[in-house]
Amino acid sequence: MADTATEREIDHSQMKVSEEVAIQVTSMNKWFGTFHVLRDINLTVYRGERIVICGPSGSGKSTLIRCINRLEEHQAGTIIVDGTELSSDIKNIDKIRSEVGMCFQHFNLFPHLTILENCTLAPIWVRKTPKKEAEEIAMHFLTKVKIPEQALKYPGQLSGGQQQRVAIARSLCMKPRIMLFDEPTSALDPEMIKEVLDTMIELAEEGMTMLCVTHEMGFAQAVANRVIFMDQGQIVEQNEPREFFNNPQSDRTKLFLSQILGH
Amino acid sequence: MSEIHAHTTLYVRDTMIDQQVPPLTQKGGVKWVRENLFSSWLNIVLTILSIAAIWYIVSHLAPWFLNSVWNAGSLTECREILAAHSLVGDAGGACWGVIRDRWTQLLFGFYPPEFYWRSILALGLLFVALLPVLFPQQISSRFYIFSAIYPFLMVWLLWGGSFWVPILTMAGFGAGYLAYRVIFPFGGAIAATVAAILGTLLWWLVAMPLINDTLHRIVAESRMEETRAARVVLQETLPAQIEEIDAARNAINAQIAETVARKDEILRPIIAEQVRRSAVPLLADVSASLADLSEQSQASDLAPALIIPKRMFLPFATDRASESLAPLLTEIKAAVSVNITEANLADVQASIAPLKANIIEAQAIAQADPMPDATLAAAQAEFDTIMRQLTSLRENLTALGADHFRLSEQKRAADGLVRNIDTLTQNLANLPDLRATAEQARADLPESVALLEAVPSGSARSNYEAEDLTALQSVLSAEQGLIAADSAVRSTYNEVGRIGLEPVPSSAFGGFQLSLVIGVTGIVLSLPLGILLALGRQSNLFIINKVSVGFIEVIRGVPLIVWLLTAQFLLNYFLPPGTTFDLVLRVIIMVTLFASAYIAEVVRGGLAALPRGQSEAADALGLDYWRSMRLIVLPQALKISIPGIVNTFIGLFKDTTLVLFIGLYDPLGLAGTIRASTDWNGVYWELFIFIGVLFFIFCFSMGRYSKYLENKLQRENH
Repeated sequence: MADTATEREIDHSQMKVSEEVAIQVTSMNKWFGTFHVLRDINLTVYRGERIVICGPSGSGKSTLIRCINRLEEHQAGTIIVDGTELSSDIKNIDKIRSEVGMCFQHFNLFPHLTILENCTLAPIWVRKTPKKEAEEIAMHFLTKVKIPEQALKYPGQLSGGQQQRVAIARSLCMKPRIMLFDEPTSALDPEMIKEVLDTMIELAEEGMTMLCVTHEMGFAQAVANRVIFMDQGQIVEQNEPREFFNNPQSDRTKLFLSQILGH
Repeated sequence: MSEIHAHTTLYVRDTMIDQQVPPLTQKGGVKWVRENLFSSWLNIVLTILSIAAIWYIVSHLAPWFLNSVWNAGSLTECREILAAHSLVGDAGGACWGVIRDRWTQLLFGFYPPEFYWRSILALGLLFVALLPVLFPQQISSRFYIFSAIYPFLMVWLLWGGSFWVPILTMAGFGAGYLAYRVIFPFGGAIAATVAAILGTLLWWLVAMPLINDTLHRIVAESRMEETRAARVVLQETLPAQIEEIDAARNAINAQIAETVARKDEILRPIIAEQVRRSAVPLLADVSASLADLSEQSQASDLAPALIIPKRMFLPFATDRASESLAPLLTEIKAAVSVNITEANLADVQASIAPLKANIIEAQAIAQADPMPDATLAAAQAEFDTIMRQLTSLRENLTALGADHFRLSEQKRAADGLVRNIDTLTQNLANLPDLRATAEQARADLPESVALLEAVPSGSARSNYEAEDLTALQSVLSAEQGLIAADSAVRSTYNEVGRIGLEPVPSSAFGGFQLSLVIGVTGIVLSLPLGILLALGRQSNLFIINKVSVGFIEVIRGVPLIVWLLTAQFLLNYFLPPGTTFDLVLRVIIMVTLFASAYIAEVVRGGLAALPRGQSEAADALGLDYWRSMRLIVLPQALKISIPGIVNTFIGLFKDTTLVLFIGLYDPLGLAGTIRASTDWNGVYWELFIFIGVLFFIFCFSMGRYSKYLENKLQRENH
């Protein structure tokens, strides 16, 4: 699978990274009860940057990106997203959430709504977009993820890959400035992974700021500006993909890479 | 080619087989019966047992239903009709006469008959209001407006009053909304919600009565004179009308008495013939036994002693004859098998001696001249005609009775109103003085009794000085005078100034109408309340969570009947003195709270069954809590909970019959009063079947709707 992404000619010239900071995480700590799940996380994401976060299971990588749109609450340190600090102020949280799109491992489409309604719901209720306009936007993004013909079906009638693409389109309908992906391909059959990764690569080419928790190392090599390796709730190593894969520094990284690339 | 095949292939098909008709056992009815009824030995046994059980029940119930009697004014008449049409002994049949006589009461309770249309209209409009809610996809959402207005319309239709009362009540929500909008920019959502609730309550409790009274006063003053004149006309014309009705009633009563006499006259020979006809086979049966016995007794010395007793067991000539005949016949047969000895001979003879007179009568009956079938049929036909006449006469009488009651009430109301109008000026002039006197007297009271609301009695009296008590007595009577004058003025204005429907007091509510009012209101109100409680129980906010849990557990943990008794007796203690709080309203509140606790638990189950990812996805899209609940979580949770919710609704609806215990006349309570009347003392099956069917229709419909909804949502989402 790793090859699918590298086969493509990726136009890096459009994928410029600006100097503007999109996400600033400073000395962030989080506990689940007494378990110290994230330890002193410092991370700066620049606008247009594409970051892949990898690491063994339980290393806190999902928790980290869930903290960024406050699906999880952090207990120490600061997270600043788009210039707004995440605190318990509900207004700030809702504002950030509407600017940050998120795709989940299990898609989490709303099964009682059609694909189109899934996509128009948030623009209509959060952005107050008129229904007609929201539907046009939704059809635009559904076309972009190549499933406009499924618009009137229900999620249960679609394949996993199609559902994940709908989930991406649903997030895009809010015109987010940052996209978070929480293992978007790990619940998919191998032949469906490609269609989702293609969609994500297309998104990357348009300059979207992306944070992806994924085990797709091919995707990381092809698209990412930076790869972050996490273990035991800490950032162990971060580097640009070529260096990260060819010349890992930490022993822990080496072990991890040898395990996932070894066969 | 073929040669090669012949050597290298084991088998080659040269013709393909067409589709064949399946064997008889694999299609149609035979297949179904084999698979569903006789698939195994156990199944065969169960099938046969079930069929036998069903047959047993149906064969016993069917004759009872088939022998239904509709034209009867009392249970006695029912029995007469049954006796006239069947041989004595198998005269069992349903007496639906009681339903025909009392169905209006079972449906409407003591609601005034001239206003039945209001009740029926309210029920019809209920269905109209429910349609857009039950079938949102087939019906335009514009009709929701009617559904929203309906509750106020229903209350107005059923309880009556001026047309502006429901409008003012609705305006209360407007006041709440206004308060919300005003406070929101300053105080945020929570303060604004509190303001909205306070605003609504203030409107209802303070502003609304004021506006209502003022409107009534304005209208009343504009037409005081004409109203009085109209009522005076009524006062003058009504007595004559009432007398006319009384005369008509007397005439009908005489007609009824005459018809009853004719009925009795015709019935007598019919019953005699039926008794004779039923006596013949019984006599034959007994004769066979006697022959059997005499054969045995030939062998002993006791023969003469036994022959007589056996012939004595034939006491008929009453319509209950066969009831005593059958057991006696059994006794004869038992006696045949008993060894009669010298010792017990005297006892047997003594016990049968008093029955000797019956023998003669019985034999006389059995040997009387038989009536030809044609004559009997003609007599029966005439009897039936008379019974029909009697029923319609009685119905006329009932209608006249209702007219009489209505006109008398009008007369009474007219008398009261004219009196009130005549004393209105006086009362109005007196009010300030009365108020001043009462207040002054209250202020002058010695401290020791100042806080008392009533004059103490019994031993408590000895704690107070005699003059203190006298002072208190005068204060209380002054206050009572004030209240009386005030309420006379108010009721005069309300009566004269009313533009709308005549009011009907809650005490007139009863029957199935009461069950529907309590049930439907309870259902409509308990669902939103239950959902809020379920959300509260899931909430992370400590106080809201604990209050919800406490409420649910306390309400659920105490029997409904206890809550109803609380509503009846205790609630008044918590209200300011002098407030009367409608009992039906109290019951509705209690039933609603009770059902909402159950709904809350059912909905909580639905919420728990929903994957966490759903609300996370809603959060991630930036939907706030209420939107995420309304648009994402609740639609799915409620879908899962539909069977449980409908189950609770059905339970609630049936539990409305418990109001019988706090003195409200639901259908079961009315069944009690009907059974206590002399006409229908002894009827029970027919009444309870009728009531059962009424409830069944509604509960079954709810169950079917739930099924329909489940299927529909199932189809849509998968």
